[in-house]
Amino acid sequence: MLRYFLLRLGSLIATLVVASLVIFFVLEVVPGDPASYMLGINASEETLQALRQELGLNLSPPLRYLSWISGLVTGDFGTSYTYRTPVAGMISDRLWISLPLAIYALLISIVIAFPAGVFSAARRGSGFDTGIMGATQLGIAIPNFWFAMMLVFFFAIKLHWFSAGGFPGWDQGVLNGLKSLTLPAIALALPQASILARVLRSSLLDVLNEDYLRTARAKGLTRKQAIIRHALRNAMIPVLTIIGLQFSFLLAGAIIIENVFFLPGLGRLVFQSIAQRDLIVVESVLMLLVFAVVMVTFAVDVMYAWVDPRMRGRRK
Amino acid sequence: MLKSFRLILFSLLMLSGVTAFAAKSGITIGMQLEPPNLDPTGGAAAAIDEVVYANIFEGLTRFASDGSIQPALAKGWSVENEGKKYVFQLQENVQFHDGTAFTADDVKFSIERAQAEESTNAQKGLFENIAGVEVLDDSTVVVNLTNPDGNLPFNLAWGDAIIVAVESIENAKTAPVGTGPFVFNNWVQGDRINLKRNENYWGEPAKLESVTFKFISEPTAAFAAMMAGDVDAFPVYPAPENLPQLEADPRFSVVLGSTEGETILSINNKSEKLSDRKVRKAIAHAIDRSALIEGAMFGYGTPIGTHFAPHHPAYVDLTANSNYDPELSKSLLKEAGVGNLELSLKLPPPAYARRGGEIIASQLRSVGIETKIENLEWAQWLEQVFKGKDFDLTIVSHTEPMDIGIYVKPDYYFQYENAELQGVMETLKSESDDEKRTELLQQAQNIIANDYVNGFLFQLAKTGVANSKIQGLWENAPTQANDLTAVFWAE
Repeated sequence: MLRYFLLRLGSLIATLVVASLVIFFVLEVVPGDPASYMLGINASEETLQALRQELGLNLSPPLRYLSWISGLVTGDFGTSYTYRTPVAGMISDRLWISLPLAIYALLISIVIAFPAGVFSAARRGSGFDTGIMGATQLGIAIPNFWFAMMLVFFFAIKLHWFSAGGFPGWDQGVLNGLKSLTLPAIALALPQASILARVLRSSLLDVLNEDYLRTARAKGLTRKQAIIRHALRNAMIPVLTIIGLQFSFLLAGAIIIENVFFLPGLGRLVFQSIAQRDLIVVESVLMLLVFAVVMVTFAVDVMYAWVDPRMRGRRK
Repeated sequence: MLKSFRLILFSLLMLSGVTAFAAKSGITIGMQLEPPNLDPTGGAAAAIDEVVYANIFEGLTRFASDGSIQPALAKGWSVENEGKKYVFQLQENVQFHDGTAFTADDVKFSIERAQAEESTNAQKGLFENIAGVEVLDDSTVVVNLTNPDGNLPFNLAWGDAIIVAVESIENAKTAPVGTGPFVFNNWVQGDRINLKRNENYWGEPAKLESVTFKFISEPTAAFAAMMAGDVDAFPVYPAPENLPQLEADPRFSVVLGSTEGETILSINNKSEKLSDRKVRKAIAHAIDRSALIEGAMFGYGTPIGTHFAPHHPAYVDLTANSNYDPELSKSLLKEAGVGNLELSLKLPPPAYARRGGEIIASQLRSVGIETKIENLEWAQWLEQVFKGKDFDLTIVSHTEPMDIGIYVKPDYYFQYENAELQGVMETLKSESDDEKRTELLQQAQNIIANDYVNGFLFQLAKTGVANSKIQGLWENAPTQANDLTAVFWAE
């Protein structure tokens, strides 16, 4: 077990190192100078040089890579070129929006997808099933930014129940914060819920014909009990994989929704930083996302073992 | 039933702290771009000035909404030594927001800091002619010039020339400390900046208690925020297509004003095909400005025929010089002996460039000039076009006030060189008589128009939207600023 753990840890670190190299040197070849972006079109070459000096842009790329990476290890993410504040603080501010938003959206998605998936699998071919499948098809097809705008139009402009966007800050009360994340979370959750419901349904249908379910019915369980106790658990593996992927996607991929609701999340930070060539911020956020994805994958692996004891056995 | 349900929901929302109906002593201003930092002396981003200019920081002089230069921290000034010496009398009993006193030493510090070798001031050129600053006493300061310059009060009104204090400049990027009517309160990065009224302001205090700048980059989101009442005013509204709808709504008023943004089709004058005046003239006559303004700007914008702001008293209307005449264009191209002209057209992100680029490309095509459109981000544009001069055509709005001086810099990106113009501008530098200055400026406008240096398109309009109860917002944009000193809510 210990050996397995060490191997796993080693590959995790190797992934991170390779990722950091790729991120840094790919961004290195992107054309564009942060100094001239900041000083605009009237600045003289001498002024630009002074700023580059101040930002440490005059060092050679390998040196800058080393100082970046050694900073990361010690928790010092460096200072943003354009904002001139510590990158770590900027990222954690944004995470306090992106992380709750991703969790919120994922919860909504699960709450919608599970009943929908289970019932439509249980009543396969019924009107309910056809209805759900049609609805999920629509949920996947509708672009989520359009859906988001419709939500704003209806709930913010017409009914005034929500504001059109923005985030008041958690210090204004948790309820207020959650309220301002509600429309974005719904907009993000709709396509995810649709995908999840379809995956759950088909994966349940696969196991419903298995022998052990017939056995479960034969020993006297009702259909409902059989599904909940035996089928659902066996159908979880692909569903967990999808949930893991969705969480990583929601954390980093909410950028369009963040723009529609003008939420200061991670996606917008990356987008803005790329435009401003604030590369140190881009690099650090990307690194963080790589880290998050690696960790989520790891967590999903652990969950597999939890739902499926056979996997635990295999690892030893 | 439904009604009572809605009532319950509504009261719940009210309880949870919706403040839309609170008494209005504050204002929320929408802006498309967030400033990268709040130090106007260390960056060119217009968004910096849009937050801090005249609100947090003040200079010796300042722009008023009509573009005139007004005294600010300098009560008044006199010009001596044939225009080479300016004596400024300063306001007394002025304090910076941190309680330190404003004196002549701060003026000397600010100007010398902007001039210094390690200075990162984006408009260092404004201070080039200043030979030295002398402090006579706490409230009198002398600025000595190398050459006489009637423009000094104008130069010192720029956001890049505001007065800062040695005690607080170090943190100005995130916690600016100035002398203005508003005090910096907090900044939630990516979302908003909040200012509070300066209760110890030396001049007429601001009417609003607090100001919040909210950053909304997406035009559709800006529209939604206006309609939902999340934002009270959007002084530079990013979606001109919604303006008729907002104008029809009695809750809002649409404010149209002028800006200093000359939008031009810049031509690389050193590019082989375009160094010929005839070809440039052909391009100029191929452009239908009114179709362009209608199509790209939804009708907002004033046609220009030279690089000068139409609201300036010295402006000459030279649009007839490059009127829309495709037939003339074709014959000029034939005369110049260029067939199958194919040019690159590199477009930066703003809508005027991207939308305008498509229209110009089709207008050029109809006289036989093919263009290859390439969309660039700002950072790429700066690198390739501005610095690398690797382009034939580009569209960009030059938003600096009174920037006709860029036509005498041969290494400026459009690479125009003309000795006559250089002579005129040199004379202008040391001329302080208003009438003669006007004459010289008009000569300069004529020279560049007749040389068809660039395709002169239109002056960018300032299209603002505000709640109709708000009074006192700037109508025009002589510099990119949102001066909120005199803004208030009418009952």
